Amino acid sequence: MISREQRTPFSEWWWTIDRLQLVAFLVLILCGVILSLAASPSVATRIGLDPFHFFNRHVMFLLPSFIVMIGVSFLSPRQIRRSALIVLAVSVVLIMATLLFGAEVKGARRWITILGVNIQASESAKPAFVVVVAWLFSESARRPEMPATSMALAALLGLVTLLVMEPDFGQTMLILAVWGALFFIAGMRMIWVFGLAGTAAAGLFGAYLLVPHVAARIKRFMDPASGDTFQVDTAMDSFFHGGWLGVGPGEGTVKRILPDSHTDFVFAVAAEEFGILLCLALVGLFAFIVIRTLSRAYANEDLFSRFAASGLAILFGVQATINMAVNLHLIPAKGMTLPFISYGGSSMVSLAYGVGMMLALTRQRPSIEMVSIDEANAVRSYA
Amino acid sequence: MSDQAISPLRPIEPWHQRLVRGLLYGKNVDRSARARVRVGLCMLVFAAVYAVIGLRLVMFAVVGDNHGSRRTAAQDAIATARPDIVDRNGQILATDVKAPSLFGEPRRIIDKDEAIELLTATLPDLDTGEVRDRLSSKKGFVWLKREISPKQQKDIHRLGIPGIGFLRENKRVYPNGVDVAHLIGLVNIDNQGIAGIEKWLDTNGLADLHRAGFATDRLQRPIELAVDLRVEHALRDELMKAKEHYKAKAASGLVSNVRTGEIVAMVSLPDFDPNNPKEANDPDRINRLTTGVYEMGSTFKAFTLAMALDSGKATLNSMWDARGPLHYGRFKIHDDHPLGRFINTKEVFTYSSNVGAARMALGQGVEAHQAFLRKMGQMSRLRTELPESASPILPRKWGELNTVTISFGHGMAVAPLQAVMGIDALVNGGYLIPPTFLKRTEEEAMKLAKRVIKPETSEKMRFLMRLNAEVGTARKADVKGYYVGGKTGTAEKVINGRYAKKKVLNGFTAILPADNPKYQLLVMIDEPQPLKETYGFITSGWNAVPTGGKVIARIAPLLGIEPRFDLPPSDRLILATSRTSQ
Repeated sequence: MISREQRTPFSEWWWTIDRLQLVAFLVLILCGVILSLAASPSVATRIGLDPFHFFNRHVMFLLPSFIVMIGVSFLSPRQIRRSALIVLAVSVVLIMATLLFGAEVKGARRWITILGVNIQASESAKPAFVVVVAWLFSESARRPEMPATSMALAALLGLVTLLVMEPDFGQTMLILAVWGALFFIAGMRMIWVFGLAGTAAAGLFGAYLLVPHVAARIKRFMDPASGDTFQVDTAMDSFFHGGWLGVGPGEGTVKRILPDSHTDFVFAVAAEEFGILLCLALVGLFAFIVIRTLSRAYANEDLFSRFAASGLAILFGVQATINMAVNLHLIPAKGMTLPFISYGGSSMVSLAYGVGMMLALTRQRPSIEMVSIDEANAVRSYA
Repeated sequence: MSDQAISPLRPIEPWHQRLVRGLLYGKNVDRSARARVRVGLCMLVFAAVYAVIGLRLVMFAVVGDNHGSRRTAAQDAIATARPDIVDRNGQILATDVKAPSLFGEPRRIIDKDEAIELLTATLPDLDTGEVRDRLSSKKGFVWLKREISPKQQKDIHRLGIPGIGFLRENKRVYPNGVDVAHLIGLVNIDNQGIAGIEKWLDTNGLADLHRAGFATDRLQRPIELAVDLRVEHALRDELMKAKEHYKAKAASGLVSNVRTGEIVAMVSLPDFDPNNPKEANDPDRINRLTTGVYEMGSTFKAFTLAMALDSGKATLNSMWDARGPLHYGRFKIHDDHPLGRFINTKEVFTYSSNVGAARMALGQGVEAHQAFLRKMGQMSRLRTELPESASPILPRKWGELNTVTISFGHGMAVAPLQAVMGIDALVNGGYLIPPTFLKRTEEEAMKLAKRVIKPETSEKMRFLMRLNAEVGTARKADVKGYYVGGKTGTAEKVINGRYAKKKVLNGFTAILPADNPKYQLLVMIDEPQPLKETYGFITSGWNAVPTGGKVIARIAPLLGIEPRFDLPPSDRLILATSRTSQ
C-alpha cells in the first residue's frame, strides 16, 4: 500500500487528492460507457455505421481522457496556471484555423481535422479560459496595480468573438455565464450583478429579435403547437415510457426515433431504459461533484485555487444543468452535451482536462505550503 | 495572503486604477471573505437548480405512470360486458366471449413498411392503405383490427413486430343468430346495441351502467325474453320452406300469447345473421312485422265484424245484401266468391264477403268505425321494446268510401304486430294487451290490459274463426286435434298507385285452440307465385293457410297444447258453452 512514511509524488498525490470526488468522476465515466452502449447503437445503425461505432470510439477516448485527468491532477496551481495559458493560446489558434479551414457542418464551422483526428477546439478552450480568467480575477484582488479585470474582459470578448464567428451560441452562453459567475465570486459590487443580469437579458432579447432560429426555439418552448417539437416531445415520451424503473437495458424503443440520442438526448435514453431512479442518481452525482468542488473551493485559502476550482465546477455544473433541463423540457432546446455521458471525443478529453484541474485545485495542501508558495511568488514578483 | 498583509506594498497603484477598482468592487472590502460568501451562494444556487431537475424527474415518473394509462384509456373504450340474453326456457340467445383485438402504437413501430407487409400477409382482409394511415399517425394508440381469432393472434405474435399488441375484448356472439335476428338485433364493434333488444338494453340503463363503469363484470342478470327458441326455429324453418316453395319475395310469421301479449316467436324473412353485421344493413332485411306497414286485407274483416257484433246492432244471424256488387259513387265493390243473395254474418266471414263487411261498417258510420279502430290500437304507432317501429298509414280524409274499403282491409296500412295485438283482444275475452318481447305473466298482463269488447263478442269471434277453419277459407290449416280457428287475408299490393292483381300480400291469422285460445299465429307471404298444385291461384288459402297448418302442427306440441280429438263442431262447442255461461 501507499505509505505515508515515504514522500513520493504519488503518495503525496494519493493522500492529498479528494478521493471521494475521484470516485464520483470514475462512476460518472462508467455510467457514460454503459449509457453509450444503450444510446449509440441505434444512432449508428440509423446513419448506416457499424452498430458499435460510437461505442468503440467512446471507449477509445477513455484512455487518453483518463491519462489527461490523472496527469493534470498531479499539477501544482502554478503549473496549472501556466499550462492553462498554453492550452488557451493553442486553442485560440486552432479556433482561428477552424474558421479558416474547417469544414462547414450543419451551417457552422466547429471542427478541424489534424492528423486525421477531428478536433473541436472550442471544447478545450473552455476550461483553459476559465482557469486563466480565474487567475486574472485573483490577481485583481491581490495586485491592484495590474489591470487584471480589464484583461479578463478583453479575454472574454476575444474568445466570444471567435465563438460567435463559428457560430457556436451554446459555448458562447456557457463562457459568458462562467465568466459572469467568476466576476461575481471575485467580489464585484451588487449593482454590477444586476447590471450584468440586465445585459444578459438584453442580449437574449436581442438574439430573440435578431436571430430567427433563437426566436423560433423560444416560441416553440412557450407554445409547443407553434412548430415542430419532435425532439423534445420524443424525449418526454421516453421519460414517460421509462417510468420509475425503466423498461430495461436494450428494451428502449423511443431512442430509435430520437435524433442525437447519443449526444444531446442521452439523458432521455437513460430514463427510458434504466428508469427515472437512475436519472435521479445521475442528477445527484452531478450535484455532488459540483457542490463538493465548490465547498472545497470555499475552504481553500488560495484565491486563485478558489476561483479556478469554482469556475471549473460552475462550467461543469452549468453544462450538465442545461443538458438535463433541455431533456426535461424546462428550458428551450439548446444543444449541449452531458459531461462524460454524452458521446464526443474532444468534449471528453477537454472535460478530463477540466476535471483533472478541479482535482488538482481541490487537493488538500498544508497551509504552510500555501504560505511558502505565496511568499515565493511575492519574492519572485518583487525580486 | 490577505489585503492587510500586502497593503504596505500597495502605494504604487495609480489613481485611475483605484477608481475603477472602487467602482467595480467597492472600497475597502475584504475580497477574500466576500469571495467565500459568494462561492457559498453559488453552492446554494446549484443545489436549488439540481433540486428542480430532480423534482421534474419525479413529476415525469408520476405522470409517466398515468401515461401508461394510455392503454387503460383504450381499455375503457373497448367493449364492455353485456348481460346474456336467454329465451323463456333459459336457452342462450346472446352472450359475450373474450376475443383478442389487434392494436398498434405508431410511435414504437420501427419499420412501418415491414410491419404493414407482415400484418397484411397474415390478415389478408386488412386494408393496406388504412393500416398505413393509422400507423403513420402521431397517436400513441390505434386499433388495427378488432376481434381476431386466437390463431391469428398467435400468428401475429410470432411475427414479433414491435409496437403491435393485443387487448382482450368482449365480443358479442349469437349462438342461435339467424333464428332470432330481428328480435335480438345486434351490437356494434364496441359492444353497444344498435338494433333490436340489444339497443333496448342500452337505452334502458345498460349504457348508463357502462358509463359509470359497473358493467364490466359478468355478474349481470341475464335478460329473459318471451321468445321460445324451439318455436322460433320451427316457425322460421317452415317459413323458409314456404318462401322457397311459393317463390315469394318475403315471408314472415309471429306467434303471440293471446293472454299475456308475449311474442313467443317472430320471424321476418329475409333476415340476417347478427354475427355478421354487414348483412343487417340491407334494406330488404327489415323487420316486416314491426317496421313495415301493410294493408292487411280480409284479416281486417275480423275487426269489422267484431265492431258490428259488439255494438249490438248485428247478430250472427243478421242478413246482409250481397246480391251484387256494392255501388259507392263511381266505385263498385266486388266479392271474390259472389253468392248473389242475402247472406248472414257467419257467411260474410267464411266467404270473406267484401260487400257484407262494407255494409256492416256503413251501418256503424264513419265515426264509430274510427273510434273502434282507435280503441283497438290500430290508429297510432305501436311501441314495444324493439326500437324499430312504424306509424300506421291512415287516409288523409276519412270519408264513407274509406270506411267501406277499410272494412275489408284496404286503404289503411298497419304494422302486422299491431293487427296481431288487435286480434288477440278479439279472441282473449276482450282485453287489449300491449305486446312485449320480455317474459310476462298473465297477472302482469292483466294489469296493463284494457277491456275493448264484451266477452260475448269475443266468444262469437272465436266461433267465427273456428267456423272459418271448418267450412271457410282456412280449411287447409285445420290441424286435427288442435281446434284451429283462423282468418285469411289477401291484399292486392299497390304498385304505382294502382292495385296490382298479380302481386298480393297474403296473411293468415290463426288461433289455437279456438274454444279457449292461448296462442295466435300470423303467417304472411309476400308475392307468392302461382303453382300447378295451387291451380294458378295466389290467394291466401292456397299458400299462407297451408303454411300456417304446417307451422301449427309443429309448434302446438312445443307450446304445450294438448291435442283433443272428436270435439264437436264450433256451433255446438263454442256457442253452446257461451250460451250456458250466460
